Amino acid sequence: MSDAITHEAHHHGPPTGAKRWLYSTNHKDIGTMYLIFALIMLFLGGAMAMVIRAELWMPGLQLVEPDFFNNLVTNHALIMVFAVVMPAGVGLANWMIPLMIGAPDMAMPRMNNMSFWLLPPAAILLVLSMIVPFFGGGQTVNTGWTLYPPLSIQSGMGMDFLIFTVHILGVSSIMGSINIITTIINMRAPGMNMMKMPIFVWSWFFTALLLIVIMPVFAGGVTMLLFDRHFGTSFFDAAGGGDPVLFQHIFWFFGHPEVYVLLLPSIGVLGMIIPTFSRKPLFGYKSLVYGMAVLYGLGLIVWAHHQYTIGMSIETTTYFMIGTILISIPVGLMIFNFIFTLWKGSITFETPMLFALAIILMFSFAGTTGVMLAVVPADLQYHDTYFVVAHFHYALIPGSLFGLYAAVFFWMPKWTGHMYNERLGKIFFWWTTIGFNLTFFPQHFSGLAGMPRRIVDYNMIFTEFNVMSSVGAFAFGLSHLLFLYIIIKTVKGGEKATTEVWDGSSIGYAGLEWTVPSPPPFHTFEKAPVVK
Amino acid sequence: MHLKRESKLRLATVGGLFVLSNSAVAEYGLNLVEPASEITRSVFDLHMLTAKLAFYISVIITVLVVYILVKYRRSSGAEADMQMHKGKFGVFSWLLVPIIVLGIDLSIAGPGTKTLHQVERHVDAELTVKVTGSQWKWTYDYLDNDVRVVSNLQEHEPNEPGYLRSVDKLFVLPVDTNIRFLHTATDVLHAWWVPAIAIKKDSIPGYIHETSTRITKEGTYYGQCAENCGTGHAYMPIVVQVVSKEKFNDWVALKTAEASAAAAEASADKVWSKEDLMARGEELYVKNCVACHQVNGEGIPPVFPALKGSAIATGAVADHLDVVIKGKAGTAMAAWGGQLNDLEVAAIVTYERNAWGNDAGDLVQPADVKSAR
Repeated sequence: MSDAITHEAHHHGPPTGAKRWLYSTNHKDIGTMYLIFALIMLFLGGAMAMVIRAELWMPGLQLVEPDFFNNLVTNHALIMVFAVVMPAGVGLANWMIPLMIGAPDMAMPRMNNMSFWLLPPAAILLVLSMIVPFFGGGQTVNTGWTLYPPLSIQSGMGMDFLIFTVHILGVSSIMGSINIITTIINMRAPGMNMMKMPIFVWSWFFTALLLIVIMPVFAGGVTMLLFDRHFGTSFFDAAGGGDPVLFQHIFWFFGHPEVYVLLLPSIGVLGMIIPTFSRKPLFGYKSLVYGMAVLYGLGLIVWAHHQYTIGMSIETTTYFMIGTILISIPVGLMIFNFIFTLWKGSITFETPMLFALAIILMFSFAGTTGVMLAVVPADLQYHDTYFVVAHFHYALIPGSLFGLYAAVFFWMPKWTGHMYNERLGKIFFWWTTIGFNLTFFPQHFSGLAGMPRRIVDYNMIFTEFNVMSSVGAFAFGLSHLLFLYIIIKTVKGGEKATTEVWDGSSIGYAGLEWTVPSPPPFHTFEKAPVVK
Repeated sequence: MHLKRESKLRLATVGGLFVLSNSAVAEYGLNLVEPASEITRSVFDLHMLTAKLAFYISVIITVLVVYILVKYRRSSGAEADMQMHKGKFGVFSWLLVPIIVLGIDLSIAGPGTKTLHQVERHVDAELTVKVTGSQWKWTYDYLDNDVRVVSNLQEHEPNEPGYLRSVDKLFVLPVDTNIRFLHTATDVLHAWWVPAIAIKKDSIPGYIHETSTRITKEGTYYGQCAENCGTGHAYMPIVVQVVSKEKFNDWVALKTAEASAAAAEASADKVWSKEDLMARGEELYVKNCVACHQVNGEGIPPVFPALKGSAIATGAVADHLDVVIKGKAGTAMAAWGGQLNDLEVAAIVTYERNAWGNDAGDLVQPADVKSAR
């Protein structure tokens, strides 16, 4: 195995200049580009959230017009989902999956290049969708990320930009997913059988399968929207024999599994970090794998719990309610396995572990509010209020974003060869976690008190909760400057990282990423390693 | 009782984070709005059941994790048990989770299904009201009495209690009556939501959805549109005045008389003077049109076109009437034909053709509107 790793890059080191990145077929470089892209978009989407919270700071209109406000709400969500969490997840997959399973690169390196380079044009279209209304592009896109017609039919040119954004992102995601699945199935080192794979690899296997099922459906849905807008069809127009509710079914058939697309990679990351810092093999590896398979299956058939208020028959509603409640079983299993990985361990609290522990607590809290929301009659009160906003931010920020932060701290020493500053890392963790909770915990209460989502302005009875939220949000937003500083500092230098990086990283674990030097050479595993 | 205990629990959990002014707590507390009907009472109880379960589960998980972190931290000399996942517990414990979680799930699904059937049980209604959402106002049609109430936002300053919660015309309902609401919309999705008296269902163009309630307490109840409906989404409040049956009957009689008087006034034959039409037109324009076209008739281009000097408002009367009566497809311009009577349309169109320096000079009489319909 050792000669595979130390093989010198005598005739194929990295090319230099812009070509290295533009033409790159190297999984590490492409992974890095994905991660940098996600980081840039995180600041853009975050800045939008800051404007939203600044406007909601007090009753009355202070900063932005109602239409622009809801345009911010729309694009904040689309950016965070499609341009931050998903690319960052793919970036981690690109970097780590080949290293973990002992593959020299992704199965289809050129397609890998293309799936990344589709992202910047998509991001440009996304940003343009906000700008065109200022230059005679008609009504701003004020629909929220769900793009529900008939409101989205009323929108101006910005909506068309968003539709094309979705098309391009869809192509990119599907190609990325095909690549990941092919790599996992075909490129494993001898001896690395499926049930030995690191749990992160499994999590991406299911994520990629999900994406291939759902992205075409969403692309089809927005194409129908495009046709309704410009070519005189009436898929979603009741006056022409169409059905506005049809779009909601299409959207959420995509939208609910999409939540698991955001979530699963971070669950995979937890499955790496918790054993490492408990110095103990992952508890319940098999049940985690099967749990993810169950989650995959269930996730595809419960979409209508996002639309209990559309007036489905009582039988249909009951089915979706029971199906949704059952999701607590695989999710409960994951939490259970993580908690029992900690049990009888030898636990230390480095930054990635702090994030992982916070995720367990906050995500399981989001799970319990999720069960509340699943119960139809109660949801008929919660639906479209800030209670829902609070719930899904508790699910998605700890459940996926904090998972990504944990992954960055966990693997950055491997990527850069430098240890990050542990003290700064811990400060970032506490700062961001407290800010996050202060932002979103009060929103449960404003929602119960009757504050609907996507309103630019509110009565003064909601003021207290909104002030707390805004203060928390500014703290939460500001903490990311520290995050950026830590990353830049670590890339530039710092204490040298060892090959193993963490003393518990290889305990009871077959992944190969801890056998290559930190940072890994440009090409790894040119000769296949053998896993015993 | 339940409400208070849960509030205390929640307050305790968030500790010092919350600084709540008395006014907010007094009116809303930390929980769902106090129910005022049988159905919202059932839903409220269900909410309390699931909220408690959620709270206890969160506490159990937190306590367990904190206990583990303290007990098995390396700094206390804890050694990892490398064989644990291979033992009997490790191999079979996955069965525990489905059993426990399924138990919790079923204890929720049972009451949930029961309440759902209650929500969907529509006993014979004594009063049926069609509730129509439009950008951005609510129209209430009392189908049994031929009474219509169009309810618009009443302007207030942000620091006034009535801000975004006041309307020009109240929605009046009787207490202790089986009421059926029929929900629909004219343009985009809306959702009529007054948490104290009824659960919400979306108002969808082309659909009619049904909800029922029986309000048990007289009083004033507030709500607003819950489904994003565009620019004015935050500006669609709902105020429901629940009164005794006698008072309600008096109110209906009054409204019916008003309606027939208005209908008589509007019925064709009378020819109106320009001054009368302009005065009425201005009043109606301010009430119905300014949200988009603005008081000065300049609109908010490019989304809401100006009427001042526009081709429609200074061109042929027939085209102008056509847009106002039938609306314009694919835009926010609604079809007003169903909401305004002949006299009202005539007054608005006359006003638009002769205000802000528009000098079409012509008068539109109710009879013209009638023939244009």
